[in-house]
Amino acid sequence: MVSDKEMQKVEEIVNGVVNDDSLEEGDVLINCLHKIQDHFINFVPVEAAEKVAGMLDMPESSVYEVLTFYTMFSVENRGKYVIRVCNSLPCHVTGGRDILAALKKELKVDFNQTTEDGLFTLEKTGCLGLCGVSPVIMINEEFYGNLTEEKVIDIINKIRNEESGS
Amino acid sequence: MKTQTVLVSVDSSSALRGAKYFKKYLDECVDNFSLTDMVEVLETGSLGVYRDGVVIAIYPDEVFYEVKDKDDVEKIVAEHLLKGRIVKDLLIDEKLVKEKIHPSEKVNKEQRIVLRNTGVIDPHLIEEYIARDGYMALARALKEMKPKEIIEEIKKSGLRGRGGAGFPTGMKWEFTAKAENSQKYVVCNADEGEPGTFKDRLIMEGDPHSVIEAMELAGYATGASKGYIYIRGEYYGSIENIRKAIEDAYEMGLLGQNVFGTDFSFDLSVRLGAGAYICGEETALIESIEGKPGRPRLKPPYPPVEGLYAKPTVVNNVETFANVPWIINNGADKFKAIGTESSAGTKVFTLVGNIINRGLVEVPMGTTVHDLIYKYGGGVPGGKAAKLIQTGGTAGTFMNTDNLEVALDYDSAQNGASLGSGVILVVDEDGCPVDCAKTAMEFFAHESCGKCTPCREGTGTAVRILDKLSKGQGKPGEIDQLLMLADVMEQTSFCGLGQSAPIPLRTIVNSFREEFEAHAAKKPCGVCVYEEPKKKKKKKARV
Repeated sequence: MVSDKEMQKVEEIVNGVVNDDSLEEGDVLINCLHKIQDHFINFVPVEAAEKVAGMLDMPESSVYEVLTFYTMFSVENRGKYVIRVCNSLPCHVTGGRDILAALKKELKVDFNQTTEDGLFTLEKTGCLGLCGVSPVIMINEEFYGNLTEEKVIDIINKIRNEESGS
Repeated sequence: MKTQTVLVSVDSSSALRGAKYFKKYLDECVDNFSLTDMVEVLETGSLGVYRDGVVIAIYPDEVFYEVKDKDDVEKIVAEHLLKGRIVKDLLIDEKLVKEKIHPSEKVNKEQRIVLRNTGVIDPHLIEEYIARDGYMALARALKEMKPKEIIEEIKKSGLRGRGGAGFPTGMKWEFTAKAENSQKYVVCNADEGEPGTFKDRLIMEGDPHSVIEAMELAGYATGASKGYIYIRGEYYGSIENIRKAIEDAYEMGLLGQNVFGTDFSFDLSVRLGAGAYICGEETALIESIEGKPGRPRLKPPYPPVEGLYAKPTVVNNVETFANVPWIINNGADKFKAIGTESSAGTKVFTLVGNIINRGLVEVPMGTTVHDLIYKYGGGVPGGKAAKLIQTGGTAGTFMNTDNLEVALDYDSAQNGASLGSGVILVVDEDGCPVDCAKTAMEFFAHESCGKCTPCREGTGTAVRILDKLSKGQGKPGEIDQLLMLADVMEQTSFCGLGQSAPIPLRTIVNSFREEFEAHAAKKPCGVCVYEEPKKKKKKKARV
């Protein structure tokens, strides 16, 4: 459930986007969804999407359609860190297969699942355009390249340590 | 004036190798050795030389180094910059670099049109672009040429779309110019998503103004006053550089009202993708700009007649646009002289997979697969042999090593190697064709938008069959089933995604039929792990 206070925040975000003169009509909905997703850390709650539909005077189905079409958006609550593993051939044949296996083993989750501690969600992605330093993964907005199984585990542990320290 | 210039490539790939960090440390070292009056350290795009470390270039000496840690940086400053002595153990083969960086008349040397400024200028500074004849083509066009003459010049040059389909650019512009409407649009397709392709990313990061200038030329030629650059949401570096470039161009009066004091006005804005491969299809991209889910439209009408907001629209790829100012400046004949008869100019290839020099190379159309892998790519690492090659991207053709002499251009798909978006993917002897086919089809199954049945169900069915084969649970008859599936998908799918997904499937099965059959017979391949099928639960007998 999204609290009233959070819903108020959603309203503020939508108003902010609607009143932003630099944005054109076609850009409003996707911008709202991006900002709401940033606010809720990695997902858009269904209640918030309904609110957007009401405020923009659009059918809820249209908002939901956009939300579920693009892979950057999620309606499921995801972990604080979304790990996107490139599953395309250039990464796959240069060690991506092993990276994937190492991540699944270390995090004890499969694709589109979140770890028990709520920190990580594992996702698959198409090519990220960094094949020069493959294999590549992306954690939230950071890229990591030239990976090995050890490096990947190091990165995960570093995040875990930061989180337990804070 | 400072006597020495150090260029550090800070494109996305280099950044992941630590380029920004090394650049900062380089600044510190230069300061520590009190060289700040003598040495200028600049950031630039990809230098076109690819190593495990970060590549830096020192001018006027024309020396290239590979930097892997802080000690390397310090050594270069203490030895080369301070004492003028070349640091041999960090040096990158000079001969090779010169051949690559400096275009020469000889065929098969790298020839730079699209990447003419990448790795040479600081992409954040509009002045540096202008100093290299930037915006000169636009100025000339606006003052001296009629829109019709520009279209004629582009048509004469033989420039064709670099995104994969290869439609003649001049004709596209002509259709849009002839469509009568008070509002027209120019759209740049920068939603680069074809696996293995990152040329557009490095063009936008290294030379953003060339794209802007070309879009304005297209606008003037076709009568459009508004442009959109649709960039992939994850391309942070490209987005930043393009946005900065647009801002600077507006400030200098090179965008906006009355460009160069003429009647021509042009506005440009950036739109971001939100993660959908299908948005690289032009009509899906248009839908996405309109704020809708990016599902392709029924064609015709084609975008030049009815595109964005149902207005005539030119849609071109980043690389296509980057050729345009060069053609206007140097003339169509000079462009046409490069490449092959059907395919003029150069092509930027991305070399990926099990290949030594992973990165970009720009060479004339008609370069052979063999040269791309061994001459420019340096061959396969670890002394291994190449086994499986895919050209053109994941939607391109697979081949074995029997046919490496095929010259790549728009016609070479007939000879078993498609040009596509210019990917050369090499898989070494340890790779397995069934595993590769499965990975490729998983990609299409994930990216299929679901609008039409042949693509949605066909990609899923292919994955299921390949998954069974890779687990040793397949049957020989299913290999022919894959080929049949490919035919049906190709003939009945709605858009380019479903029509081209069968190409890799068919070519990989045909090139490696024996190995597919070996999987059906459960012979070990070294990659796939065979499993016993899960037993189905017995249904309880009804009482």
